[in-house]
Amino acid sequence: MPISRDHLESAIRSAIPIIHLDIIDQSNGCGENYAVFVVSPAFEGKNTLARHRFINEVLKDQIAQMHAFSQKTLTPKQYEAQQVSEVA
Amino acid sequence: MSLNMFRSSLRSGLSSSLRTSATVAFSSPRIALARRFLSDDARAKIQSAVKSTPVVLFMKGTPEAPMCGFSRAAVQVLGLHGVPPEKIQTFNVLEDQELRTGIKEFSDWPTIPQLYVDGEFVGGCDILLSMHQSGELEDLLEKKGILPPLSEEARASSTSS
Repeated sequence: MPISRDHLESAIRSAIPIIHLDIIDQSNGCGENYAVFVVSPAFEGKNTLARHRFINEVLKDQIAQMHAFSQKTLTPKQYEAQQVSEVA
Repeated sequence: MSLNMFRSSLRSGLSSSLRTSATVAFSSPRIALARRFLSDDARAKIQSAVKSTPVVLFMKGTPEAPMCGFSRAAVQVLGLHGVPPEKIQTFNVLEDQELRTGIKEFSDWPTIPQLYVDGEFVGGCDILLSMHQSGELEDLLEKKGILPPLSEEARASSTSS
């Protein structure tokens, strides 16, 4: 059964405060390949591995049903810095 | 340790343990919640595998013929850094279903590829790529003695380019 974008979004939003969230369906329709980009203050002080483990846990059941899952996790500060460097 | 030895020993260990441990009631609540089926025996085998060489990659396919874009990317990043062949070992999880599920549980990580450096879990493809971009991967490989440290001169020219 395909996993819906909304399902992933609500799971993430209910787990941590969200500044920015992109959920990209990369599956061409089958709903088994998602990439998420999460910006949250909850990531402050946590290394990338800990952040990814957290998201893996939040989406545990969904990821188990997917073929592929990719994620990027930033703090608001990192997100701002990234936007500045993209503009520059 | 040869790959074949590992594979056969892991398979026998895992399949027999899976049969017996699935019905065992675990005493630790954390273990029970996570529905852990990995036996001590299977765990010990994966533990020795992750320490078999300084760099260990669990992947789909082989470095010569990766069977997934994420595994291919992981191999390419390690290749870019010039990790010496004798310091890296890869395991093809597609050839071993028990390893494929066992390593996910062992690392508490849901996807393949998975990278270990010096016996420690580093992360999957996303983490490997971001560490590559930030320079953390190179630092880690140098710190663990897997890559020779760059001379000050080389370091200066690599940052200025």
